Amino acid sequence: MPKVNMTVDGRPITVDEGSYVLQAAEALGIEIPTLCFFKYVKPYAACRICVVEAKNKRGRTRIVTACNYPASEGIEILTRTPRVMAARKLNLEMLMSRCAPMPVLTDLARKLGIDQPRWGTGTDMCILCGLCVRVCDEIVGAQAIGFASRGIERFVTTPFEVDSDACILCGACAALCPTGHIRMEEASDREVVHSEITLGPNAAISVPFRQAVPNAPRIDPEFCVHFRTGGCKVCASVCPKECISHDDVERFEEVEVGTVVLATGYQDFDPTPFKQYGYGRLPNVITSMEFERMNNAAGSTGGKILLENGKEPRAIAILHCIGSRDENAHPYCSRVCCMYALKFAHLVKEKTSAEVYQLYIDLRAFGKGYEEFFHRILEEGVNVIRGKGAEVVSAGRDCQEGSLIVRCEDTLAAKFREIPVDMVVLCTALEANRDAKDVARRFGISVGADGWFIERHPKLGPVSTTTDGIFLAGVCQSPKDIPDTVAQGSGAAAHAMSLMIRGEVEMDGAYAVIDDEVCSGCRLCNDLCPYSAIGFDETKKTSSVNPALCKACGTCAAGCPSGAIRALHFADDQIYAEIEGILS
Amino acid sequence: MSFEPNLVGFLCNWCSYTGADLAGTARIKYPPNLKVIRVMCSGRVDPNFILEALAHGADGVLVCGCHPGDCHYVEGNYKCQRRLPITRMLLGEMGIDPRRVRLEWVSASEGVRFGQVVSEFTEEIRSLGPLALQEWAFDAAAADAQLAHQGGDHA
Repeated sequence: MPKVNMTVDGRPITVDEGSYVLQAAEALGIEIPTLCFFKYVKPYAACRICVVEAKNKRGRTRIVTACNYPASEGIEILTRTPRVMAARKLNLEMLMSRCAPMPVLTDLARKLGIDQPRWGTGTDMCILCGLCVRVCDEIVGAQAIGFASRGIERFVTTPFEVDSDACILCGACAALCPTGHIRMEEASDREVVHSEITLGPNAAISVPFRQAVPNAPRIDPEFCVHFRTGGCKVCASVCPKECISHDDVERFEEVEVGTVVLATGYQDFDPTPFKQYGYGRLPNVITSMEFERMNNAAGSTGGKILLENGKEPRAIAILHCIGSRDENAHPYCSRVCCMYALKFAHLVKEKTSAEVYQLYIDLRAFGKGYEEFFHRILEEGVNVIRGKGAEVVSAGRDCQEGSLIVRCEDTLAAKFREIPVDMVVLCTALEANRDAKDVARRFGISVGADGWFIERHPKLGPVSTTTDGIFLAGVCQSPKDIPDTVAQGSGAAAHAMSLMIRGEVEMDGAYAVIDDEVCSGCRLCNDLCPYSAIGFDETKKTSSVNPALCKACGTCAAGCPSGAIRALHFADDQIYAEIEGILS
Repeated sequence: MSFEPNLVGFLCNWCSYTGADLAGTARIKYPPNLKVIRVMCSGRVDPNFILEALAHGADGVLVCGCHPGDCHYVEGNYKCQRRLPITRMLLGEMGIDPRRVRLEWVSASEGVRFGQVVSEFTEEIRSLGPLALQEWAFDAAAADAQLAHQGGDHA
């Protein structure tokens, strides 16, 4: 890029040819007021406030707009001459005569020394800076708004002044509008829509969560404007290190490893099929994950516990064992729900004045300090009802205490209860991942009837699996809470390390050997071996086993027609002796 | 006293043997008639093992392996699945009820199923009665003589 030398208010500066005067002044720290300039869209010179005096090489001066006047060799720019100040004042006064006295204008007027605009003030909220139109076109690429009419009747609108399908609701226009003329508004009067609460961050580019590894932002294509319109990429132009690539795609990388720790976790049980709880049908019935998200200070309600109408709930029911300890879903106990449900009650008591009802089958406060926490919750005045929530229904219009009714049998009081609440939190089961079976098959381990991976031994080998070098950590093995997961994870890592640190692998003594003298060279075993461990010696015309590849299944030994293969530790004579032994 | 069948089981190390182990740790009840021989894979089960077991006085033989697709050795159980019907055919030729040899898939998590399989198999063999092999069957010369005596029609 060729460079040009110029001066601004007598101070020399070298800039790229074709760059604009405003940027050169900015680089020198000289302030030029403007209403319509935004670095990431093309300058438009709509407001005419950024006017300056430009003197060319021939000494001729004229008034130009700094935002879109290109720098050229030897040009002299004067930003504060009386002629410039008069022009700025005039332009602003004319703008003010049409527009309402908004802070963005009155502040600038004060700076320029206008006490009272000569032609008074108008009522229009829009200063016609065109930022919204340009950002929608150039950055977002949606082209959903534009100018209509001309002259004094000019205004910003959608095509044909009807609701535009082209608008993708990104909100860029509203964010950039200097006067607040464009606003994002909820079409109905809802404030919080629980079903729209995403469990992750809602921004298109963000760090997934604070403890994420690697702790780097990533782009969510679902929200990113670029992936909807092909435009934007503002993040990439802002990033000083040029780290952001929108063309990056997921790719598979092969990593050679000797040990594997499986920590594939779980999936949340979907309570929608359990119609009696009304999840997805009744408002303010949410899952524990959604409630957790709501409580997160970085979450969609900023950590406030709110109903869909934006109000604070008067009463909240927390229903335990949704999908777990249930013959219709999972017979096992999910193990973590009791304690987080108590934590929820504590949070509700801390943040709101709502009544809390815990509906449980059995309260399993089994861990260190857990029982004490339960007693603390009781002292906080949480209502704890022994009886599983049976049904959630919408309360009648004349119900004063809540919008929902939870029905249950209080098994301690031996009576049927109907509890009016405003919000219902369903403590959903931990469920094995849908693809757990495929993962297990890939790693040569097994899954139980519930879908959790099976450990080598329930008591003596809770971390290792039947396949050497494959270890388990966390909920993928069975539901467990964080301390247990950390303990198992540490154990798995230590097991893996102890294998790796040795630097060599101890081979099992069991493998197959072929007796050259007996082998007829039929090559039947060659195809039987699933590991291609048996090769054929063309000179000797016999087959031989590579002990390093052999996994000792013995299929070849069973298939050899001449009995030439001996599966060590499981040899024919050994098994015959066993048969004889157990039948004698 | 009722007949107690003498059964031999060949269990693959990875699924069925572990499943049997689970049946034990889970205190599942099943008949004590089955005597288990561990093999690394159901593919290791040589048909000779089955014949040998029957010859030594077993009334039935149960072979258990991993479910199809779950074999620790990729496809050993398929090999077994091909060999067993041929073995059974052979037994039929020899005048032995093929039902005395059974192949079942039992995974490592199916302790309960293992108990059921053993119970069922024991009951079936109990209903079939003891396997009575003739003494002459073990001696080639005696067998020839016996067959000649029966006019070539073996029992």
